[in-house]
Amino acid sequence: MKDDKKLHALLGPAGPEVGCDDCFELLDRYVEAELAGGDADALLPGVRAHLAGCPACREEHESLRALVAESF
Amino acid sequence: MRAVAAGSVEAVAVIDLVDEPLDLESRAWLADLRATGAAHDAAVARLHALLLRAARFETARRRPTLPHLRGDELDDIALEAADDALVSVLRRLDDFRGASRFTTWAYKFALLEAAVKLRKRAWQAREVPLEPESWQLFAGGTAPDEAAARSELVSAVRIAVATELTPHQHRVLVALALNGVPIDVLADRLGTTRGALYKTLHDARRRLRAALAESGLDLEEMG
Ligand SMILES: [Zn+2]
Repeated sequence: MKDDKKLHALLGPAGPEVGCDDCFELLDRYVEAELAGGDADALLPGVRAHLAGCPACREEHESLRALVAESF
Repeated sequence: MRAVAAGSVEAVAVIDLVDEPLDLESRAWLADLRATGAAHDAAVARLHALLLRAARFETARRRPTLPHLRGDELDDIALEAADDALVSVLRRLDDFRGASRFTTWAYKFALLEAAVKLRKRAWQAREVPLEPESWQLFAGGTAPDEAAARSELVSAVRIAVATELTPHQHRVLVALALNGVPIDVLADRLGTTRGALYKTLHDARRRLRAALAESGLDLEEMG
């Protein structure tokens, strides 16, 4: 499914999204909301779409989530 | 208090800037870091240890993708990341509003520093490809009927990429989305920031989506 991946990388997420700086600002709160089982996307709109469109922020989100999950 | 997040790609994030009541542990961290003398020094040392743990977590996670890096090089990167994160956290202490635990907030600085350093290290001495050398990836990898169903969209995207973008948008989109150059690496080479580059990428993507919609292509499943 390389084509779909390439198309997605080119076209990005469809909906509105925050930028990288806001994503970093909100990331700790977003991750804790996820780990607490809350609706992180409703609480902080635009973060999930940004994570879908930005590989670097996505990697950092995955790492923070995995690290915090160890002690949550 | 509510405020629209400054610098959003689009103004979608309405953030509650409510100062949450701090949990006891976070309150202790802040009190110790704002203290003077031995209590302050001890808290800074504890914070550095915490940040180093986070940075090592990141280097360990990425180790499989960095086979050419020796263990001691990774450790040096983790230590540098912890040092830099410590400076950031101490400088931004007043920005911490208790929206998360203090440790979660602090961790993200160490993870960011480590991730950025590792991306740059991985691309050190590598040329950053700015031309669409990976278009051929569209030619293979899918079943024939899937390829046929996609071919109209793919060729429309190709044309839009070639004709709809400014030279800067084209260069940024090709490097990031087609050639897989990490955004921090490209920001470094172009003398800009991740945030500014993402804005360019976002504008380019909007332009492409608009052009494709104008030519009547259904992008719904590309959500
Ligand atoms: Zn980002």
